[in-house]
Amino acid sequence: MLEAQITTRIGGFTLDVDLQAHGGVTALFGPSGAGKTSLARAIAGLSHPERGRIALNGKVLLDGTTNVPAHHRGIGYVFQEPRLFPHLDVRANLLYGARPGQDPGPVADMLGIEGLLHRRPAGLSGGEAARVAIGRALLRDPKLLILDEPLAALDAPRRSAILPWLERLRDRGLPVLYISHAMEEVARLADTLVLLREGRIAHAGPLAESLADPSLTPLIGPSQAGAVLTAEVAAQADGVMTVRTPVGALHVPGSAALGHILRLRVRAEDIIIATSEPMGLSALNVLPVTIDALHAGDGPAVMVRLRAGDGFLLARVTKRSVQALTLEPGRPVWAVVKTTAFAHGDVGTARPNAKA
Amino acid sequence: MITLPPEAWVALMLSLRVSAVATLVSLPLALWVAHLLARGRFRGKGMLDAAVHLPLVLPPVVTGYALLLLFSQAGPIGRILEPMGLGVAFRWTGAALAAGIMAFPLMVRAMRLALEAVDPRLEEAASTLGASGFRVWRSVTLPLMAPGILAGVTLGFAKAFGEFGATITFVASIPGETRTLPSAIYAFLQVPGAEPALRGLVLVAVAVALGAVLVSNWWAPRIAARVAGR
Repeated sequence: MLEAQITTRIGGFTLDVDLQAHGGVTALFGPSGAGKTSLARAIAGLSHPERGRIALNGKVLLDGTTNVPAHHRGIGYVFQEPRLFPHLDVRANLLYGARPGQDPGPVADMLGIEGLLHRRPAGLSGGEAARVAIGRALLRDPKLLILDEPLAALDAPRRSAILPWLERLRDRGLPVLYISHAMEEVARLADTLVLLREGRIAHAGPLAESLADPSLTPLIGPSQAGAVLTAEVAAQADGVMTVRTPVGALHVPGSAALGHILRLRVRAEDIIIATSEPMGLSALNVLPVTIDALHAGDGPAVMVRLRAGDGFLLARVTKRSVQALTLEPGRPVWAVVKTTAFAHGDVGTARPNAKA
Repeated sequence: MITLPPEAWVALMLSLRVSAVATLVSLPLALWVAHLLARGRFRGKGMLDAAVHLPLVLPPVVTGYALLLLFSQAGPIGRILEPMGLGVAFRWTGAALAAGIMAFPLMVRAMRLALEAVDPRLEEAASTLGASGFRVWRSVTLPLMAPGILAGVTLGFAKAFGEFGATITFVASIPGETRTLPSAIYAFLQVPGAEPALRGLVLVAVAVALGAVLVSNWWAPRIAARVAGR
């Protein structure tokens, strides 16, 4: 468990946070300049806050009298750039922080870089270099791994190619602090969501609950908002999977083994609300739901939380539609989602022990 | 084939020894000063920078005279060193000292540029991988500086090998002790009829300088390629 209470001035703003991260993946989410990297660097011992207390698994790393140097903190750090040592080959890079005699094989296999061991960093693609950087931090055997936007420098296809490797990493159970301003990554990987704004923690809570909370939309960003569901593959045909989710059965694109557990993100702007059961639609997902809460923001949009079964969905509709359809809490309606609205990046694997 | 008179051979071997010692002894000191100038934050950094560069801009004879004042038997440093048997005045070690001081700014300059080109983010990454400050320096900083260190050593050696003004002012031109190759060339110039030996020495000087450049040119791209990971 990580505890970090930090107050420090960096450049033009003040970072003032009290962060508690338990096991699993904790996402630090926020816009550029919110202080995500400043916080992570302080935790890793790469910068020195004026005041604060940092402890990892009960061991004090920083307080009024202690300041453990970065190389003794046992915290792995994957930076935005791979920062591989250019004069060492991939194997030597991987083993830089490892115990003497350690075999890079298992980690290299997990990250799909076993064929690159004798290559030099200059010859690697961006995605390969990012995976080597992750492997290098893992082989250091850290007690906490900080991933500071490791995918930010990659284009979209590369990003979605690496996300499955990060899911495997998450499933190893190592505590991870994942820094990102891309909700797509956070929704697929995180267990806990911490929203950072202007150097302060604006919200911290379990990921699924947080993403289904319409009042948090202004912090997350309207186009990023949307519920995250755990889904079990029940059937598949024609490239469409039928998955069981807490809100009912959904049809999503892709293929996976039956019984496979997926994590599914349903973006708020992809949901259409209908007051009577729609007929003759091409959309495969039509769910009976009940309006649970409405939250109007400053703009023309209203976030609507929909309850179905044991779960929630979040929909984004206009104020005009809310008035025209008299949408109000308690009213039963239908939620419509096109199967093709689920982008490839919205369907990820879930931790094996996750419950559908 | 050019045959050299024995005293020319003596001068060549002495020059090689003087330049090698001057370069090798200066190397750690030059590395340290390069670190101070590239990474250090302290008062008087500008003064240190100027002092290091002084031999480069002063007339060599002035540097030699200053050394003479400091290291002669009556000088403030010489007075301490002479009784210990470590005196350098009019000894080959004095020639090495003069050559080292003249070569020093060139060595520092090359190494400082190399150090400034090392990405500190790589050193930061190494520290998050559990490497102590010294290990980071040894395993990341130093290898990445290697091309600049090689350049500094080559340049320093060539400068030390050719050093004349400060050397002859400080330790004179004693055959077998302080008469280095440039001093020997100068001495032969004063003697009528010594042209054959003079030409031989000049050719040797050209060959040594050319050899140093060729070795460096062969080696430098290999080190650079290694460091750049190609």
